[in-house]
Amino acid sequence: MTDARASFISAAALLAARDLRLALRRAGDSLLPLAFFLVITTLFPLSLDPSLSLLRDIAPAALWVGALLSSLLALDLLFRDDGQDGTLEQLALCGQPFAGLLLAKTVVHWCLTGFPLVLVAPLAATALGAPTAAMPGILAAVLLGTVALSLIGAVGAGLTLTLRRNGSLLALLVLPLAVPVLIFGARASALAIAGESPAAPLYLLAAFAVLAATLAPWALAAAVRIGLE
Amino acid sequence: MAWVWFHKFGSPPHFYRLATRLTPWFGWPALLLGLAGLIGGLGLAPPDYQQGDGFRIIYVHAPAAWLSLMVYTVMALSAAVGLIWRMNVAHAVAASCAPIGASFTALALVTGMLWGRPMWGTYWEWDPRLTSELLLLFLYLGYMGLRNAIDDTARADRASAVLAIVGVVNVPIIHYSVIWWNSLHQAPSVMKFGQPTMPASMLVPLLLMLAGFTLYFVALLLIRARGEVLRRERNARWIDEAVAGAKS
Repeated sequence: MTDARASFISAAALLAARDLRLALRRAGDSLLPLAFFLVITTLFPLSLDPSLSLLRDIAPAALWVGALLSSLLALDLLFRDDGQDGTLEQLALCGQPFAGLLLAKTVVHWCLTGFPLVLVAPLAATALGAPTAAMPGILAAVLLGTVALSLIGAVGAGLTLTLRRNGSLLALLVLPLAVPVLIFGARASALAIAGESPAAPLYLLAAFAVLAATLAPWALAAAVRIGLE
Repeated sequence: MAWVWFHKFGSPPHFYRLATRLTPWFGWPALLLGLAGLIGGLGLAPPDYQQGDGFRIIYVHAPAAWLSLMVYTVMALSAAVGLIWRMNVAHAVAASCAPIGASFTALALVTGMLWGRPMWGTYWEWDPRLTSELLLLFLYLGYMGLRNAIDDTARADRASAVLAIVGVVNVPIIHYSVIWWNSLHQAPSVMKFGQPTMPASMLVPLLLMLAGFTLYFVALLLIRARGEVLRRERNARWIDEAVAGAKS
């Protein structure tokens, strides 16, 4: 039992290291969703009258719509290459728990596209007029929210793995499922900007992220296996 | 032995014959109950003291909203049965549920908007019930879109089954998060259903309509599932016999 666990952990670590190395060799790919996020959050003030009070009101909306769309855009990087060159088939056949390996891939995906979003979110929030005191709340919300978004999005990416021109279908599958993240995340950010405690929506967001981390790997493994058949 | 009936249910010819036989047993009661509910609701029930005759749209709106959720549950359950026991008929049932459920959801949305016009003074209010109905419609559209995008029927069945199961876990979360979101943004809406104050003359037609709509859904589902089974089994020999039997 311990042997099996140790060998799974080393396999997952190898896979994660490989994914990281591949992504770092093409770092531009992982940075594009980040640039997309910044562009979207810039479009909101440009399409409005940029008074500080109005910007503060719409800041949570701009942040979270931007986060949702850029995480959707980033999903293309998750399985596309590995699905095309047969790596996923090898992973499914290698005898290790497939759900665990895919979870490792999703964690790396979050490190490459979700975590940079966490780092950049304060910048975008400041540009939208959020006070410095709001940053801890916003950071925590974006951290939990991007984890949940990566997990939900991975299921959608697994389901649309073999389809060509899957972009708008992926959006239709993932965005309704991500509505709770949007609601809780935006609410936490709004409370933080207003100077109140964002604890309640943060707890709900954390609960949703934990639920997603528990259930999504199984759905993901089933979805990818169907795609590989 | 106890499971024989279950596995028999998975045989397409058996299911086809059973569905053909059962359809009128659901269809006609649905028609009668629906007529009785309409007469009771539109004719006999007294007008509401606040909303006048406007409230009568509840006799279509509430059953449609109830079915929109129930059909999704039925769809996810039969998709799960199809996925677990590899039962083609269950996948056919799940596939037949989606357009029916999407239609009921659209009906609930349209009647909700028509109701909102006299009550709220606007067609669209970000009311939690209407908003989660709208999200449910998106879930149905995603399910149908995924099924539509995959050419191979067996693969489409299984992929959309995973989506339906993920969706059914998420539907209550979405519903309650929308309610929570809404309760923070605006005062509770003027309308409240389920108050114990609803008199029997209003309630009985509503229950009749609920039962009628549900039976109507079952009849519709049986008809659609028959068509779906025929389409999937179009090369099988039993179809010739079934069609010949229907002609004679």
